[in-house]
Amino acid sequence: MRWSRRTLLGAALVAIVVATALLSLMWTPHPPNQQDLNNSLLPPVGALDANPAFPLGTDLNGRDLLSRIMVGARASLLVGLLSVLVGGVIGVSLGLFSGYFGGWPDSLIMRLVDIQLSLPGVLLAIALLAGLGKSLLNVVLVLGFVSWVQYARLVRGSTLASRDREYVLSAHALGASNVRIMAKHILPNITGPLLVVATINISTNILAEAALSYLGVGVPLSTVTWGGMLNEGKQVFDVAWWNAVWPGLAILVTVFGTNLLGDGLNAE
Amino acid sequence: MHLLPHAPARLPYAASALSGYIIRRLWQSVLVLLAVSLLSFVLIFLSGDPVAALVPLNARPEDMDTVRRAYNLDQPIAVQYLLFLEQAAHGDLGDSFRYHAPALPLVLGRLPATVLLAVCSFVLTALVSIPIGVFAATHESGAVDAMTTTGSLLAISMPSFWLGVILILVFAGTLRVLPASGTGTWQHLILPTLTISAFAIGLLVRLVRRSVSETLRQPFVTTARGKGLAEPTIAWRHVLRNSAIPIVTVMGLQLGALVGGSVVVETVFAWPGVGWLMIQSIEARDLPVIRAAVLVLASFIVLINLAVDLTYTLLDPRIRFEGSR
Repeated sequence: MRWSRRTLLGAALVAIVVATALLSLMWTPHPPNQQDLNNSLLPPVGALDANPAFPLGTDLNGRDLLSRIMVGARASLLVGLLSVLVGGVIGVSLGLFSGYFGGWPDSLIMRLVDIQLSLPGVLLAIALLAGLGKSLLNVVLVLGFVSWVQYARLVRGSTLASRDREYVLSAHALGASNVRIMAKHILPNITGPLLVVATINISTNILAEAALSYLGVGVPLSTVTWGGMLNEGKQVFDVAWWNAVWPGLAILVTVFGTNLLGDGLNAE
Repeated sequence: MHLLPHAPARLPYAASALSGYIIRRLWQSVLVLLAVSLLSFVLIFLSGDPVAALVPLNARPEDMDTVRRAYNLDQPIAVQYLLFLEQAAHGDLGDSFRYHAPALPLVLGRLPATVLLAVCSFVLTALVSIPIGVFAATHESGAVDAMTTTGSLLAISMPSFWLGVILILVFAGTLRVLPASGTGTWQHLILPTLTISAFAIGLLVRLVRRSVSETLRQPFVTTARGKGLAEPTIAWRHVLRNSAIPIVTVMGLQLGALVGGSVVVETVFAWPGVGWLMIQSIEARDLPVIRAAVLVLASFIVLINLAVDLTYTLLDPRIRFEGSR
């Protein structure tokens, strides 16, 4: 499989972010939550009163921004991957079920899909989280719930197309159970487009989690996320621009890399 | 549903495929609006007993019961929902805890500001993405095309609220040519509009480029070239008209998404729209206003999508004659 340069760049960026997240589990330059008001709002290296011990500067409470960015990678990646897993499992299952059995369950599920697709995802997520409260788990569940419909639609279409193919009919004739047919015969044939949708979904969900945390309805403030950092950074950005710039840059790099990778996989 | 002489008439009057589609589409919108009302109704129950949010911490059980009765919370859920619907139909969505004023008029008063942002962003998006997309498609593999591809990918990878902050830093902070927040003059409109449009422009440029690119490969284009038509004429007069349909469809759907996206951007610029009100109300746990805002925003988006869908139906003759699916 020959990858273009842009796809390789995407893969490299994603690898860097993943590596940073993994590294943060073992080591960061400073403890990410260590407050020292003497170090409040130090500028990044290159400016006059910079302290080389804090290369990217510090926030209002004197916490090292580089360490917090590293730790923030964990939350973004976790939410991105887990929510896609949740949405994917629900969506693929319902899509398979819907396409394979047809009938009134199919109509019902597709009607639900249409209804949910009419509502903008961000709004739905905000509304649900406003009610459910702030936690990492809630964000994962809500984002998964918002995104299951894309998988369901895709999988249902493919299942409908595959349902009457010969290999399915012969498997049926041989006595294979419905579940076995769906899992072992139909599903493997649709992994291509499914992977593309999943990759796009990962980047969308990372952006969504950042937005939700920025708005204050996502992950609780005690957990370090890039969106939360942006929220805090916005409050001081007129005197300390670096607080607002680094977290957004981190999000940009991660999502850009994922999109490049997804684009490249799509082109294969 | 073709009009054959022996076809069973499911409607009392002869219906064309078009009105059949319209009716189904309307019916679907009604269902969605019901779902939206259910969502906003259910909101306050998601985090446990809503009475707890309505009374002070040291309330006595008798007080809680009084509040419970006053808000009809002692009734079965289905009855509560029906009461909620009935009150909503009369425009009564409760009073804001913060402002002690009716919630619905409060939210509706902020709607024009949100709509203004959405419309301006829509116009800007259309004006920018179509020319760029067409140019990139007609000059494929050129420098502009490469820049466009990367640029548009960057645009859809950027968190909108971050872009907003950067724009404020540059234009309001360093250059001091535009205001940082609030509303009042047309200059206040520029940065928020740019911020909201960025994502949509990125998305649409990619779509336009791909759509025009595919159309350019069609046989009729070769014919046009054979006739001696210049490239720009081909691109604008022939190709665009044929690739317009998917573009218009996505643009129409984007209008609803732009309203949703403005929720975040409004908070960055302190723009007095429904989105910012909703976020403030979430922070203040002002449940009636949260509920009203969700209802109004979601309903508005549903209605826009319906209008776009119906317009699209009228524009595309294929839908009209294809019949029910």
